[in-house]
Amino acid sequence: MTEDPTTNTGFKWVGTRPIRPDGLDKVTGKARFGADLVLPNMIEAAIARSPHAHARIVSIDTTAAESMPGVQAVITGADFPDLKEAGAKQPDVFQAAKVMARDKVLFEGHPVAAVAAATRQEAQRAVAAIVVEYEVLPHVLTAGAAMADGAPLLHDDLITANVDPAPEASSNVASRALQQRGDLDAGFAAADVVIERNYTTKPVHQGYIEPHAAVADAGQDGRAHLWCSSQGHFDMRSSTANVLAMEPSLINVTPAEIGGGFGGKTTIYLEPIAVLLSRKAGRPVRVVMDRDEVFQATGPTSGSEMRVKIGVTNDGDITAADVFMAFEAGAFPGSPVGAAAMTALACYDIDNFFVEGFDVVVNKPKVAAYRAPGAPIIAFAVEGLIDELARAIDMDPIDLRLKNAAVEGVQAPYGPTHPRIGFVETLEAIRDSDHYRTPVAANQGRGVACGFWFNIGGNSVATVNVHEDGNVSVITGSPDIGGSRASMALFAAEEFGIDVERINPQIADTQTIGHTDVTGGSRVTLATGKVVVEACRELTADMCRRAAKMWDCEVEDVEWVNGHAQHASGTETPLSMAAIAAKAGRTGGPISTTYTENVRGAGAGFSTQLVDVEVDEETGQTKIVRYTTAQDAGKAIHPSYVEGQMQGGVVQGIGWALNEEYIHREDGTLDNPSFLDYRIPVASDLPMIETIVVEVPNPNHPYGVRGVGEVGIVPPMGAIANAIDRATGCRLHDLPMSPVRLLSAINDKNA
Amino acid sequence: MGRTHVSCTINGHEAEFLADAGDSLLNALRDEVSLTGVKEGCGTGDCGACSVLLDDRVTCACLIFAPEAEGTMIMTVEGLADAEHLHPLQQTFLEGSALQCGICTPGFLMAAKALLDKNPNPTETEVRYALAGNLCRCTGYDKIIRSVLDAAAQMNADQMNGASS
Repeated sequence: MTEDPTTNTGFKWVGTRPIRPDGLDKVTGKARFGADLVLPNMIEAAIARSPHAHARIVSIDTTAAESMPGVQAVITGADFPDLKEAGAKQPDVFQAAKVMARDKVLFEGHPVAAVAAATRQEAQRAVAAIVVEYEVLPHVLTAGAAMADGAPLLHDDLITANVDPAPEASSNVASRALQQRGDLDAGFAAADVVIERNYTTKPVHQGYIEPHAAVADAGQDGRAHLWCSSQGHFDMRSSTANVLAMEPSLINVTPAEIGGGFGGKTTIYLEPIAVLLSRKAGRPVRVVMDRDEVFQATGPTSGSEMRVKIGVTNDGDITAADVFMAFEAGAFPGSPVGAAAMTALACYDIDNFFVEGFDVVVNKPKVAAYRAPGAPIIAFAVEGLIDELARAIDMDPIDLRLKNAAVEGVQAPYGPTHPRIGFVETLEAIRDSDHYRTPVAANQGRGVACGFWFNIGGNSVATVNVHEDGNVSVITGSPDIGGSRASMALFAAEEFGIDVERINPQIADTQTIGHTDVTGGSRVTLATGKVVVEACRELTADMCRRAAKMWDCEVEDVEWVNGHAQHASGTETPLSMAAIAAKAGRTGGPISTTYTENVRGAGAGFSTQLVDVEVDEETGQTKIVRYTTAQDAGKAIHPSYVEGQMQGGVVQGIGWALNEEYIHREDGTLDNPSFLDYRIPVASDLPMIETIVVEVPNPNHPYGVRGVGEVGIVPPMGAIANAIDRATGCRLHDLPMSPVRLLSAINDKNA
Repeated sequence: MGRTHVSCTINGHEAEFLADAGDSLLNALRDEVSLTGVKEGCGTGDCGACSVLLDDRVTCACLIFAPEAEGTMIMTVEGLADAEHLHPLQQTFLEGSALQCGICTPGFLMAAKALLDKNPNPTETEVRYALAGNLCRCTGYDKIIRSVLDAAAQMNADQMNGASS
């Protein structure tokens, strides 16, 4: 590394706010998202879905549908390879069963058949003509109910993992997560105040505005081309290949622009269906979900039941914490309870703790990742309880957190020792903010809460080409969901020392660039950014060598300065990139390199947030009056998009806190599968979201980047619960804190 | 099954297309006229991604039957810029980082244009209420609201300069 990110602040491009490279297409309507692609000879598909939460499929009769106008292909579970029969691993069997039911349907909206026809309307009419006979089974909707003795079982072969000895019988409990340290009894004995509370949260949806969409074109040679909007087209490829028992490289996946993901577009739903229909019809097939399908059948995050007990001394030392969590996984294992167990106490330095979590299947859609998966759910509980403890010992909630804050050298609850982290700096930034120094209005309440998220590194590849005019293409495999192309261009501009507008960042398909992990875990600016930086450094070194050849001098006499190779003596006219590129044929061929790395050393992300609320005691409605968020970005490459991530995460959290929830009817069907009834925040609900970007550089990244995408959604639910308590005297332990729920608490208090 | 022939003006040009009686204007614009800048987020009028100007009034194209467009004047995001210049809203959205994924952007631009056409000098609250029918899940709306206010200020300044020169 040529600079020490902890001291170097002399950047020319990094930290500036140029217009994003993909912006023009997005403000003019040219950007092509998943549903926008039209191929020659393309037909359209629709999917038949279960109306029941839990049922055995007795029979499926597609004969009427097959003879309907325009219909070209009909598929059911029987058309897919039987992975269980083939001895595939259980997660792969489950993934295939999620995409298309075989014997049983496990949630309302579970696909049972699909039709490709000349038009979407014809496909939908044919879907309506498919006759499925169901034997309806008892269903179970919440983790607690699913864990109870005698609960209806979703799977007959689900053995709880991480329990010793392993149970012999199948249950709805897929696995147990555990984090523990110290002596819990001694810890609680040392406390002056111990509070224990129960909490619940509901499933909430990522709520991306673009419904899932895929276009597939399968050939007679066994290959297929897939276009889809996802957070990771290599994962779409390998998962689709798994479900269809294909070699992954026979599928080429071209990423479309993605209209929001937030974790929910890291998994397959439509892709194998589109490929199979295309193979059967011999034509390209497009399939696009309706919004109700998105709500019914794609990943929300878990509903949960939790119990948290924390002890504190009168002078504010947290002595022990005991945490129990049961998370709904949906119909197949895979809730984020493991991550919740690891993050539950990660903001704090606590000697004695026991954190136990259970991953529980229920008759709801299989959950998918949602921004810092698991962390916001348990943070709602822990951060609320910390606030109750602060009030019990009459201590400022920021001071209590500062006193117990995780700092460099503290062992994180999940194992490793923290390197340099910026948690304390986010607390101090809030404490010193104009917002915190402004007295809270008489009829309002103020809440503070914190959040932690790991951030990850992972596999990334960058190819960098210098063109004949000296301009640069930067090619990666990371779908851009929040402005990462702007960051990649800024890294390259900084490394080459040329104007950012001369950099053209591109995202290549799975045949063109090497394997790249999903855009998730706040990893792209860190990991893909790092490989871009390293590739650019290879090329500046290469261009120095070429300049030495052109000048017939030693390479040691050449250095790279401001987009030029420069001779140390000053006797030669510096060579621009265009000048070097013009002679490339004589100095080693085209100027291009590919750099690949499994990047390690992600820096942990922390956020502290402050909110003022005003509650209408007649309606129970909570208004967000003022909101400030401080987050450690390590280094903000494009500060506007760092702020954008912070603001977007906060507002998703506000929705989660106040309104959003899956509401199920008694029969197990979803009562609110629309944006009308599943109400996400709108502009008139909100104030401006004030941001404080804290920069405590990550020592493991050439520019100090930590990753900023996720942690912003961790604190809001706790912060708002704390503010509502201080505004009304009502402490809510259940999400959402909707008007009806808060009004009931206010009425109880006044009774 | 006969299809209806629809004639209208789209983005300043005469246009015609065929539509089934039950087709939405959204589907007709996307599938028959290839204006895929008009986005579908919900199909039920709840998200505003398909907002277009129908006779200068901001409208969810998914809530209008395609044959109802007969004789109307429609403007979509594709008609907002001319060949050389972006509309000030497009420019301030770019400069103000008012978009992340961009799927909601066309709808926001059209709703914001409808607002500024009627109210060239809106307050922050007026902008927030005028755009309350458009959902954005990425930005938290902050930079969108600022960019609309910036565009309004710039358009007013341009008009003053134009009037004084």
